[in-house]
Amino acid sequence: MCLGIPGQVAELVAGNDHLAKVSVAGVRRIINVGLLEDEPPVVGDWVLIHVGFAMAKIDEEEAERAMEGLRLMGQAYTDEVEALRQSRIEEVASP
Amino acid sequence: MKFVDEYRDPVAARALVRRITELAGDGHFKFMEVCGGHTHTIYRHGIEHVLPESVELVHGPGCPVCVIPMGRVDDAISVAGQAGVIFTSFGDMMRVPGSQGNLLEAKARGADVRFVYSPLDALRLARDNPDRQVVFFAVGFETTAPSTALTLLKARADGVTNFSVFCNHVTIVPPIKAILESPDLRLDGFLGPGHVSTVVGNRPYRFVPARYGKPLVTAGFEPLDILAAVAMLLTQIHDGRCQVENQYTRCVRDEGNPRALAAIAQVFELRPHFEWRGLGFISQSALKLRPEFEPWDAEARFEIPGVRVADPKACQCGEVLKGVIKPWECKVFGTACTPQTPIGTCMVSSEGACAAYYNFGRLHREAAVTLGRAAQPAAAG
Repeated sequence: MCLGIPGQVAELVAGNDHLAKVSVAGVRRIINVGLLEDEPPVVGDWVLIHVGFAMAKIDEEEAERAMEGLRLMGQAYTDEVEALRQSRIEEVASP
Repeated sequence: MKFVDEYRDPVAARALVRRITELAGDGHFKFMEVCGGHTHTIYRHGIEHVLPESVELVHGPGCPVCVIPMGRVDDAISVAGQAGVIFTSFGDMMRVPGSQGNLLEAKARGADVRFVYSPLDALRLARDNPDRQVVFFAVGFETTAPSTALTLLKARADGVTNFSVFCNHVTIVPPIKAILESPDLRLDGFLGPGHVSTVVGNRPYRFVPARYGKPLVTAGFEPLDILAAVAMLLTQIHDGRCQVENQYTRCVRDEGNPRALAAIAQVFELRPHFEWRGLGFISQSALKLRPEFEPWDAEARFEIPGVRVADPKACQCGEVLKGVIKPWECKVFGTACTPQTPIGTCMVSSEGACAAYYNFGRLHREAAVTLGRAAQPAAAG
């Protein structure tokens, strides 16, 4: 829960400027990027994700280093990615 | 230097250790890492064995799962057991023991307890189950509080009325202050938390040097980050400076994330006081929903027992959380209390000092002792 996971913005969700599809460790999921509104992310940007929300923009090198650190955490990391895999945030966005 | 070879940049790591050793000289310096993520890195990478004996790292209260008192877990289980409720929680909280077992056991007894990745997943469950009451067990420092805040704003905007939050969000500054006020511990400085600082920034820590005369360096999560931050703390002391510095500029800005802070301020207000496991009641240290969000406040919607429960006598999580003792000094560590059968919270979360030490540090420490013993005859010869 406290683990920030780096993800790369793959697609901005049309019609909802708070949502973006990101790629995280091979998983594609919708996350909320509303907290980055002061500098809206574009496709290709890296963000640090906590519980489905992007909290900060980071550069690619930091993303790689953060991911490497997470992999070393073993079980805690796999649990977090598995939790993300099961997340269905996009269904909240639909009316 | 066995562990250093495993670091991303062993040359830089060696240089930092040399610098730290020089700066520390004959002194003895005790620094607290506030954040559970740092504790994990320190044990995972054997940093305590890489540092010279003149520098000691003690673990702080920065694991939000670890600081939730038993009574609040009991309250959660009580709400989960009420008719028509779907109770949702982050996975980390599922195994935290209350006085009558944990949430997983409540689920086994028939309560509808589900684990979610995000509060938005809990909100989705509420939409999908309009005839049920969906409650989200909100825990965490300012790292996760903005997510809960935005989810509540979404619930209100969309008129979702069968969704509520059992709020246990805590704030990072009051426990640091409580530790600085504690007579138990003499500290020479702090490694400031990483991810929570992406939200709050570095400014809230200014009181640490200003009022208590201790330096604080916000640090990243790699072994090199920890070593660099320790070197920065020692440099400040060596130069006679005392200030807040940022080692983790890759992620943390001085002003934090203003939007996230604004979301927190819009939805939450400070509780007059909140009980922290091991630290007792700390005033203005936790968040509750503002009155205008009462329809989404589980504490207003449900009967909450709110009974204070003392920690098990054998458990010394409180002293571990304050850095007064190391995990292995607890009477039940590794015997009655293990990650499989945790008695205390510090053994539950992967970021808890006891679990991190049990999983990694223990082996490093044993290895170091063995290597130390093995090295003695050679050195003598």
